[in-house]
Amino acid sequence: MTAGSTHWFWYASPQTFYPLAGSIARWCGIAAALLAAAGLWVGFFVAPTDAQQGEAYRIIFIHVPAAWMSMFIYLVMAFWAALGLAFNTRLSGMMATALAPTGALFTFIALWTGSLWGKPTWGTYWVWDARLTSELILLFLYLGFMALQAAIDDPRRADRAGAVLAIVGVVNIPIIYFSVQWWNTLHQGASVSLKSAPTMAASMFTGMILMALAFWMYSVAVALVRVRCIIRERGE
Amino acid sequence: MSEFLAMGGYAWYVWGSYGVTFALLAMEVVLLRNRSKRHETPS
Repeated sequence: MTAGSTHWFWYASPQTFYPLAGSIARWCGIAAALLAAAGLWVGFFVAPTDAQQGEAYRIIFIHVPAAWMSMFIYLVMAFWAALGLAFNTRLSGMMATALAPTGALFTFIALWTGSLWGKPTWGTYWVWDARLTSELILLFLYLGFMALQAAIDDPRRADRAGAVLAIVGVVNIPIIYFSVQWWNTLHQGASVSLKSAPTMAASMFTGMILMALAFWMYSVAVALVRVRCIIRERGE
Repeated sequence: MSEFLAMGGYAWYVWGSYGVTFALLAMEVVLLRNRSKRHETPS
């Protein structure tokens, strides 16, 4: 066994992870505040007014990062859930449980801001479109995961039951992501991809990335604070 | 300043988005802080 693997198993124990989670959470919280301040400044004072949408497009700086986080947190949650199911490690299930409320929150924010963006641009707050509907299903998956875990008293059994639901629900993530390609939807396709240059002004793109990093740091911070609460509540 | 707040006529949509987002994030932080504090002072 190498020193590296020993190190990782060392932190897989809740007792040793607890103080580490506290210091990472503190630094991520500070980073989130600074990145959000920079992102909002670029988003409101540097990025120009959009030629077609006027000022309404400024919703993009929270809508797109929140939608990314809603999908990404689900993947991370399902990863921890699967790890817990496969190796029966206590901390994995706690990580999945700690991520769910924040994931649900970002899913709601993506839907809410999308709705407020849809009204001035599409003329409606809501439409049963493939992208919107699959994102709504994501919210129900998060809420279902939380309700299922809350309904089971034994935490180890709650972790296993939740893990099965989380893993089955992963199928929804590619559906959300590719919905704008697979179906004719009102929702526009991706403006940003790994393969091509973003189809937007550089300052708009910068603001969006700064806000995405801020939400990312925020999510790490709150998930780690929550996992510390869970570790204590389970009496580890 | 009032021009900035008006958001070119899209004030409700833009501030409605930002307001709800930051209110919800602040709420999560406050709830978590309370949850953490409950453990530090065991009854």
